[in-house]
This record gives sequence, C-alpha cells and structure tokens, in this order.
Amino acid sequence: MSTTVPLKRRTPVRPARVLLHTFLVVTSLAWLAPLLWALFAALRPYAETSAKGYVSWPDKLSFDNFTNAFQQSDMLHYFGNTLLIAIPAVLLTLFLSSCVAFYVSRFDFRVNLFLLLVFTAGNLLPQQVIITPLYRLYLLVDLPGITVSGKLYDSALGLVLIHVAFQSGFCAFVLSNYMRSLPHELTEAALVDGASVWRLYWQIVLPLCKPAMAALATLLSIWIYNDFFWAIVLISTGENMPITSALNNLSGQYFTDPNLVAAGALLTAIPTLIVYFVLQRQFVSGLTLGANKG
Amino acid sequence: MSSETGTTSPEAAAAPPPGTASPASSPSPGSRKKRVPRGHRRLLTRRDRLTLGLMAGVPTILHVALVWLTALASIALAFTTWDGIGFDSIKWVGLDNFKELFTTNPQFWPAVEHNVIWFVVLILIPTPFGLFLAVQLDKKIRFSRVYQTAFFLPVVVSMAVIGFVWQLVYNPDTGLINSLIGANKPGHYIDWIGDPNLNLWAILIAASWRHAGYMMILYLAGLKGVDPALREASSLDGANEWQTFKNVVFPTLRPTNTVVLVVTIIEALRAFDLVFVFNKGAQGTELLSILVTNNIIGESSRIGYGSAIAVVLLVISLAVIIPYLIATFRKERRA
Repeated sequence: MSTTVPLKRRTPVRPARVLLHTFLVVTSLAWLAPLLWALFAALRPYAETSAKGYVSWPDKLSFDNFTNAFQQSDMLHYFGNTLLIAIPAVLLTLFLSSCVAFYVSRFDFRVNLFLLLVFTAGNLLPQQVIITPLYRLYLLVDLPGITVSGKLYDSALGLVLIHVAFQSGFCAFVLSNYMRSLPHELTEAALVDGASVWRLYWQIVLPLCKPAMAALATLLSIWIYNDFFWAIVLISTGENMPITSALNNLSGQYFTDPNLVAAGALLTAIPTLIVYFVLQRQFVSGLTLGANKG
Repeated sequence: MSSETGTTSPEAAAAPPPGTASPASSPSPGSRKKRVPRGHRRLLTRRDRLTLGLMAGVPTILHVALVWLTALASIALAFTTWDGIGFDSIKWVGLDNFKELFTTNPQFWPAVEHNVIWFVVLILIPTPFGLFLAVQLDKKIRFSRVYQTAFFLPVVVSMAVIGFVWQLVYNPDTGLINSLIGANKPGHYIDWIGDPNLNLWAILIAASWRHAGYMMILYLAGLKGVDPALREASSLDGANEWQTFKNVVFPTLRPTNTVVLVVTIIEALRAFDLVFVFNKGAQGTELLSILVTNNIIGESSRIGYGSAIAVVLLVISLAVIIPYLIATFRKERRA
C-alpha cells in the first residue's frame, strides 16, 4: 500500500521506503504500547499514581514493585513449580515423539500413516474436549507416596503426563518429516553391518536431528511454561501451581494495587522473553518447521 | 497449538503442519521404489522388534489413553448424568443433556455465537493485517528483525499475562484508555470489561493483537518459499507491486493460507485463557470452552452436561480437522 510507483530493480524508491519505515515504527510502537504501559505502571509506586492519576509525569521510578511482587508473592517458589513441570515434560516429549517419528519414518510398516494421523489430530483438538473425563480420571488414580497429593490430580506428575501426551502429536509429526528427509542409505548400511535398531536411533538418526530438536525444544518450553488451562483445572492447591496460574490466584490479593499486579505479570513473562531473545531463530524455525519439510 | 493455550496454544499453535508441503517435495520418478525399508524388516532381530514395539507403543498408549480415550469418554458421558461421586450414580439419559443445552440453557447459543464472532474477527482483521506486515517486512528492509520482534512479542508471552496486561489498559479507574479520554471519574465510567455490550470486543482487540503477530510469522515463512524469479518476471512485464502481489505472490501462498485458516478456526474454538483471566466468561463473554470448564471447577459439577458441551466442541473441531488432515496426508503419500 505504501507505494504504487513501478519498481525499478535495485534502486529502492526513497520516499516509499521512508513512508514504509514511518509506518512500521509507528505500528511497532502501538503494538508494544500495552506492554510498555504495564512497565510504566510497574515502575511507579502506588501512592504516587493514586494521588496524581495514572497518566501523569512520574516523580520517581523504581524497581520497588518488582522486588515487592517477587518477595511477597513467593514467586521463586512458583518458578520452581513450573520448572518441575516444564523440564521433564519437554525432555520426555522430545524423547517419546522422536521414538515414534523414528519408527514411522524409518520402518515402513503399514500403520505409519494412521499413527501419525492419530497423533496430529489429537494435538489439534481443543483441550476442553477431553478435560471432563481427564479430570475424573486424575481424581481416580491413586498414587500414594508417589505424588504429594496421593493422586494424579493436583500433582506435577499429572501435568507432565498431559503435556507429553498432548504435545507429542505436533512433535512426532514434525520429526517424522525431518527424519524422512535423511538418506535411507545411512541406516540401511548400518543395519547390514549388524547395528541394533536402538543404535540406529541413538547414534545415527538422533544426532542428525539436532536442529529440529533444538527448534522444538524452544517452542515446547515456551508453550509449556505459558500453559494456563491444564494448571487451572488439574491443580487445586495454590502451593502446587505453576507460575502462570499462581499469578491468577495472587492477583486477587493485590486487586487494590494494579502497579504490583503489573510488576508480577511482567516478572512472569521474563523467562519466556529471555528464551525468545536468546533462541529467536530456533523459535521461528520451529513454528514453521512443519511448513518447510525436506 | 498452543496452547495453549494456549492456546496455545498454540498451543494452540499446533500450527503449520505440512499443508505447506512445498512444490520442492514433488515426487521424483524413482521415489515409489525408494520407499523400500521392507528390506530393513528382514534384517531385524527379535530384540530389535521388541525395541521398535516399545518405541512406538509407549508414546502411542500415552497419547491415545489421555487424548483419544478421554475424548470417547466425553461422548459416552454426554448421554448420562453423573454427580462424579462413585460410578453407580452414572445414569443413562439419552439425549436429555443435548435437549436441555439446545433449548433451555441461556448461555449456550450466546457461547456458540461468540465463538463464531471470535473466528470471523480473527480471520477478517488480524489475519490480513499479519499478511500485510509480512509482505512489508519481506522487502529486505533494514531493522526488519526489530519490527518482527515487536509484532511477535505478544505471541511469546503467556495468554494469562496478556490478560493482566490488557486489564491495565481497560481498567475503569486506573486504565490507560479511560485515563486518556477522561472517562475515569465516577458517573462517567466506561466499563470495558463489565459492560456486556463491550467486553467481548475489548477482549477481541487483545486477541487480535496477539493473532496478527502469529499470522505474520506464518506468512513470512510462506513468502520465503515464493520463487524470486516469478516476481522478477512479473515486474519486468511491467506489473506494479499490487498486481504482482495479487496475481503472482498470493496464489503461490495457497498452502500457507490453508494452514492459516485451520489455525485460526482452531484458535477460535480453543479461546479460553484471555476470557478466563478477564471475567471468567460472565455476561457477554461466554464461550463453549468456558462453559465446559465451569462445569468442572465451578460449584456445580454436572459431568454429563459438561460433556455434552464438550461433544459439541468436538464435532465442530473434527469437521475442520478431518478434511484438513486428509488433504495433507494425501499429499504426503504422493510425495
């Protein structure tokens, strides 16, 4: 829309470019505005904003709200809960889905298409379709001594299991596409030489899948860290909640101090932002992995 | 995917499977014969077979048990009543749950309508806007990464966090909008979240804010696959930028468009987190997902009734998922 001037090759039309950049700068700022607004609110003490109004020039900016939110709400504890769920869930998902992918992409038994279909379709279902029986099932399974609650319900283990079951659909699909692109001669030669199937998987195929695994690991960590729904329904004790659902619980206590809530929300977002900025390339390639197969 | 929750999840973001199987993966003449691995099978020892069985079996059992069997259980429970205490209180009631749902539940049809509105808004506003941004950012301009990050940031952040951030914008006394337009004094409030005529649209703005960035990334990936020679040829023929886009670039984006359509429908059906954080789906923001969840974590635990709503959700989702997967996998098989 920014230009209707016919393009001459290799000589960018200056005014059009300026217009485009102006548009992009303005839109990006508008896009960041809600987050910047939250940051601005979080940096001001409540007393000041309640006296002067929220849209006003700040007298003093400080990180007090952040330190308060961090300490008063015991955030470290909830971060810990999240790690306890996310780390095993990501590792298990990658391991199990790479196993399935290896099977369907390297050993052409008749089930492969059907199996992949089952996994992929399962991952596309809305979570609410399965939650009612799942919730009952989790209440039913007794695990005395294994989980703190004595059940699958209200335990980190329960969340890990459903994350693995649900996310392995997408990962199995992506990894099987990736593995299929590896030359068959690789594994064929090794098999003829008498290597076991496990060795084929562990020492030949898996190392070659590193780029895809890295991309999926980044995606999965962000998705699982961000999960809200499973935790809201399948965890009942506030103590056991991961950070995102704990935030929901805590906001009730701070309803009178939006600045503190803002600080808490931003603190919750920091780990995902760090992962994203450090592993940006992996993240984006993960999202589009299914798209550029082969 | 996504999930997520979000949805993502993307979550929610179960995103972009292979719809996009690029023309590059068209079958090479020898590929039929090359599918061999039959040869593999003869070489397998018993132990190898056991390993393979476990490798495929364990994940499949986990997935099928937790996802598909529970989905089937939802269907079965939808025809019963159950208070959730003990199995002997399960009673077969036939279609009663559905009858009540379709005729007497005051929240059901509004929820269906809101899910539809959710989809229509996402596909009509942020999706084309995401495409527009992708086209602009695909022009090899400077700072492209910086702009991309700005638009994509909302997709990275948890929906729950997004809910809290937008509440700071919408809050009647202290929020950004009301403070700016002077509607934050008692008597002049605009209650963005409380007013049943406004709240769905307020939430949809936040949802669109996130969706545009997601669509931008999908389209950017799609645009990378467009052969530059095509564009060059079209501009040599004297087509202007819009003509090139309309007649050359957009048609080649078809696989991406399919993925985008499916992702958007699924996101609209999965929508939950934002609404739950905003106002738990009360007055004006009912959604099917919220109705199901309220039957579990609310005071009243009506398992059969909640399952009936879940079945409605399941049927709509499968109507989208199945044709999409069939098309996708048919392409796979040919490749």
